[in-house]
Amino acid sequence: MVESLLIVENVSKRFGGLLAIDRVSFQVRTGKITALIGPNGAGKTTLFSIISGFLPPDDGRVLYDGADITAEPPHNRARRGVARTFQIVQPFAGLTVRENIAIGSHLRQRSRAAALEAANQVAHSVALGTQLEAPAATLTVAASKRLELARALAIAPRLLLLDEVLAGLNPSEIRDMVPVVRELTARGTTILMTEHVMQAVTALAEYVLVLAEGRIIARGTVQDVATDPRVVEAYLGSGAARL
Amino acid sequence: MKAYWPVILVVVLLAIVPFVTTSNVVLNFLITTLLIALVGQGWNLLGGYGGQYSFGHAAFFGTAAYTTAILQVQYGINAWLGLFAGIFAGSLVGAVVGVLCFRSGLRGSYFSLVTLAFAEVLRIVSSVTPITGAGVGTLIKLDLRPEAFQFQSRVPFYWIMLTLVALSLIMVRAAENNRFGAYLVAIRENEDAASALGINTFAVKLAAITLSAAITAAAGCFYAQYFLFIDAPIAYGPWISIDALLAPIVGGAGTLFASLLGAFVIKALGEVTKLLTSDAPGLDLVIYGFVLIAVVGLAPRGVAGLLAALFRRPSRKERGNG
Repeated sequence: MVESLLIVENVSKRFGGLLAIDRVSFQVRTGKITALIGPNGAGKTTLFSIISGFLPPDDGRVLYDGADITAEPPHNRARRGVARTFQIVQPFAGLTVRENIAIGSHLRQRSRAAALEAANQVAHSVALGTQLEAPAATLTVAASKRLELARALAIAPRLLLLDEVLAGLNPSEIRDMVPVVRELTARGTTILMTEHVMQAVTALAEYVLVLAEGRIIARGTVQDVATDPRVVEAYLGSGAARL
Repeated sequence: MKAYWPVILVVVLLAIVPFVTTSNVVLNFLITTLLIALVGQGWNLLGGYGGQYSFGHAAFFGTAAYTTAILQVQYGINAWLGLFAGIFAGSLVGAVVGVLCFRSGLRGSYFSLVTLAFAEVLRIVSSVTPITGAGVGTLIKLDLRPEAFQFQSRVPFYWIMLTLVALSLIMVRAAENNRFGAYLVAIRENEDAASALGINTFAVKLAAITLSAAITAAAGCFYAQYFLFIDAPIAYGPWISIDALLAPIVGGAGTLFASLLGAFVIKALGEVTKLLTSDAPGLDLVIYGFVLIAVVGLAPRGVAGLLAALFRRPSRKERGNG
């Protein structure tokens, strides 16, 4: 087993005149939860899109399990075991919860019956078991986020990219969700998550990367980065650290 | 096997008709209705299940019709071989259109417009090239022998048409029950989410348009044998592209019997219009237009959706509570 399941090397991405990602490098340790935090517009979702293959980087490399996957389309990365959730949930709106999850299960299951059965199990593991037949379009925000997670889990990923799965949830829903995510690493899944909810980052992440204006400005444990003056400035404005 | 019972039931019911009546008017109506149902079932696979709305299924229909006609007339090839050659040629056009459209990432109305353009280009080309008979069209020689795929009576034609429709229903039902169909629906619902889950959306869409074209192409070959004449406006004209999408949309796109239901509705409407207006040219198309607006506006899930809503009132309530 490789020590770092995901390695991002010198990745840059430019949108016209805006340098959204500026030579970002980091590693995601196998079996751990790494959080990518940063103020709005820092480039977190762009970086996620590059790692999952939805956006090509202008420069740099993405290595997964030792292989260079920079040029691979999203579906090939999924087959290798990279799953992502979307910050803005992307359900198959016309399908039921079970059918939504089964689309993910089909990656490993050819037969429809087997995929639906596997979907049942995944749904139960994220506490969606009572809503199997509900149309995805009718779910609450909290349930949609769970569905997003369930679908990603259905492909049996080794690396899970969670893009703000807790955003929009209320504190009690977040408290319910945190153990679900922690349970995943117990089963050996490596997680890279972006998150605004610091309560969750503190509870979950073993390693934190702070992204601001497309650059990684700090990295380390939650305690390390929380007291880092550069991080405080990035969030609260220049001079704030001296207050 | 349970999943195929509705198909078997419907096909058996339709197969009985010639034992009840051999009226040419009835059989002719049923044959042309089933023809539209077959054309539309091809569209339904790609458009109804896959969400890729083609406006140019005439490209597949016409290519198949011309292929089988030209092979017989110019090269003396057997009509039954022509049937397979036509289906092959039609699906080849489907694959080519698919590669060009999906490779370049065309979605939604852009895809629709490009498929329409393909059909129109083929129509114009076939109306001027010698091999298709240019403006005169191609006439298949009358040869009323079963070996030549021509029959004295309409009954064998009817059964052959019904067999083709039955095969298309079985194909679509099989797709519904396996990974391919699930992937197709996933692409319709959300293409980005689909590729994030490991679906090669290009490959699935390409397979869908090729199969879709093959089904519609089978109808094109049958048309040539049944009417023994085709020209550019028949083969590649917008009428067939419109029927191809109208039938399944009216019936309830993305459901197994959509095209069959819809074909009966629009064909019946067409006959009524003819009776009322005594053949004012183009008026049936006006009526179709109103029907399409009414369906999209009032019953977006088509006749199948209306029926489901009628029979499943309680379960909808349950959903509301859940």
